[in-house]
Amino acid sequence: MPRIKLEPRAQSSRLMTYLSPLLAVVLTLMGAAVLFAILGRDPLEAYRAFFIDPVSTLYGIGELGVKGAPLILCAIGLAIGFRANVWNIGAEGQFILGAIAGGGVGLFFEPLLGPLTMPAMLIAGALGGLMWAAIPAFLKTRFNANEILTSLMLTYVASLLLNYLVRGPWRDPQGYNFPQSKPFDGYAVFNPFFTGTRLGLGALMALLAVVGGWFLMSRSFLGYQIKVVGLTPAAATYAGFNQKRVVWFCLAISGALAGLAGVNEVAGPIGQLLPTISPGYGFTAIIVAFLGRLHPFGILLAGLLIALSYLGGEAAQISLNLPVAVVGVFQGMLLFFLLACELLVRYRVVIGAPAVQSIAA
Amino acid sequence: MTELTAILVSMVLSATPLLLAAAGELVTEKSGVLNLGVEGMMIVGAVVGFGAEYNSGSAVMGFAAAAIGGALLAALFGFLTLFFLANQVATGLALTIFGLGLSALIGTAYIGKPLPHLPLLDIPGISDLPVVGPLIFGQDAIVYLSVAVTIAIAWFLSRTRLGLVLRSVGENHEAAHALGYPVRRIRFLAVLFGGAMSGLGGAYLSLAYTPLWSQGMTAGRGWIALALVVFSTWKPWRLLFGAYLFGFFSIVQLHAQGLAVPIAPEFLSMLPYLATILVLVIISRDAKRIRLNAPASLGKAFRATA
Repeated sequence: MPRIKLEPRAQSSRLMTYLSPLLAVVLTLMGAAVLFAILGRDPLEAYRAFFIDPVSTLYGIGELGVKGAPLILCAIGLAIGFRANVWNIGAEGQFILGAIAGGGVGLFFEPLLGPLTMPAMLIAGALGGLMWAAIPAFLKTRFNANEILTSLMLTYVASLLLNYLVRGPWRDPQGYNFPQSKPFDGYAVFNPFFTGTRLGLGALMALLAVVGGWFLMSRSFLGYQIKVVGLTPAAATYAGFNQKRVVWFCLAISGALAGLAGVNEVAGPIGQLLPTISPGYGFTAIIVAFLGRLHPFGILLAGLLIALSYLGGEAAQISLNLPVAVVGVFQGMLLFFLLACELLVRYRVVIGAPAVQSIAA
Repeated sequence: MTELTAILVSMVLSATPLLLAAAGELVTEKSGVLNLGVEGMMIVGAVVGFGAEYNSGSAVMGFAAAAIGGALLAALFGFLTLFFLANQVATGLALTIFGLGLSALIGTAYIGKPLPHLPLLDIPGISDLPVVGPLIFGQDAIVYLSVAVTIAIAWFLSRTRLGLVLRSVGENHEAAHALGYPVRRIRFLAVLFGGAMSGLGGAYLSLAYTPLWSQGMTAGRGWIALALVVFSTWKPWRLLFGAYLFGFFSIVQLHAQGLAVPIAPEFLSMLPYLATILVLVIISRDAKRIRLNAPASLGKAFRATA
């Protein structure tokens, strides 16, 4: 049997940097075909239902942006943190808090604020997410508490808080006892930009976040500091970079972006506060961030691809009677393949007998 | 049963899945591997265990299948992190996302199906004693198993040669490798063990605690188990204490509703999550203590260079 060895590359392979996400997508599609076959569906037909039918109408293409926007907004923020080894995985909770804070302004202050309602809601939403992310930042920098666990725990707390509000004090009195708030009204409604679609402010903000994220990471000193802290913390200390400030910044920006996504979602496509306002956008954004190789433009493409998988899941549920949970399996599978293919960026796979090292081995 | 006995008994019930998963993760982390996929392995254990018992009628089959299911998922993690040198944090997250999706897919067939409760230990005379009877002599087999395994782990890690080797791999993989210990093989086995235990913990939820299958039923318990390992500062005995403490936090809500405490149930349900944060803060505040107790190679990839 030929020996398979890994040789570290002197430099990360540029080719593989771009090729490995594509390879992971191809492998996932192959895995999906196997899964479709196991579930007793014709893979080709399932592919069409999943990936082509949903975007064959103008409305469908708009939906791609509607679903992609929250994913991209969350993922841009998360990716900045991941670069610095700050693992905020509570974007889902920050999304919810953004929806609560921004939605609260929209529900109760619309008559007072008039045309200022929308900007006020956006600011409140961003602040809501930011404050929620500030908790893990504070606990990390002050008490050394692991931000992975604290940010995740706060997601459950956020979800319970939203449940409390829509079942209790914020429940719509005319809502037939359903757990939901009043629908947003007047200036508090974020209308779509294009007729025939639901595409609106959220998508525009996602695009701005992509450009802003690119500028921050590639063109600013702060972005440089973030990257150094992530790659070699020792060098960052030596250079005098304030690591606590980087932790604060990463969590604050990702919280604010997730909060913006939240308020856009409830004031736009949903139109009111409900117990469940997200199909796990905050978690899926982790996959989007990695699939986009933590690069803003990569994240834009990755976000649209994952959005397509959501749309495909909904379409396949109706047309092929496939359980919608299939989407989660695909997303997990994609992340696995992605992580495995990542190896090719940093290492060269050598098949055959090693030449010089054989004595040592 | 008095109210106090009821509280104590349900505390043990809700602590058991946490203890099983956390004990497994403790061994994994002691070998130097951080597997954040506990939640995913638990939920897959829950659904696989449920399916196996539902189709075979045997609870033993259910738990065995759950352990295998958890271990298979862990094997995936092990291959990626140990052989493909993938980032452990990211791979653990992937495992959780994948596990939640997979379990929902498998579980669609079992929603709303009932299972019988596990039989409880019944020693005539003794199990009927007040308080200690139901609490100590009247639990199901898995409760006893979880305590026994935790004690066995304490003994294994501190009193056996293999336990010492496992710890040395977790402390300094380069040195252990230089001494000729198979670092990757040991880590892989520790990862498998952690997965099997998480699977058992998940199955305890779906086969004994509720016993029902519902999507996402682990509700963050895998993450709480991870926090418990930190809380225990990687010591099995403290894990035992921590698990029961958290078991208590998670059942307060049920009993408070019974006692008509005037707090909205949503706020009471936040308790276990808030308690987890609080406990993490208290333990982590002393950075030196964490550094001294955590396995020194935790989370670091190992590639044999010679």
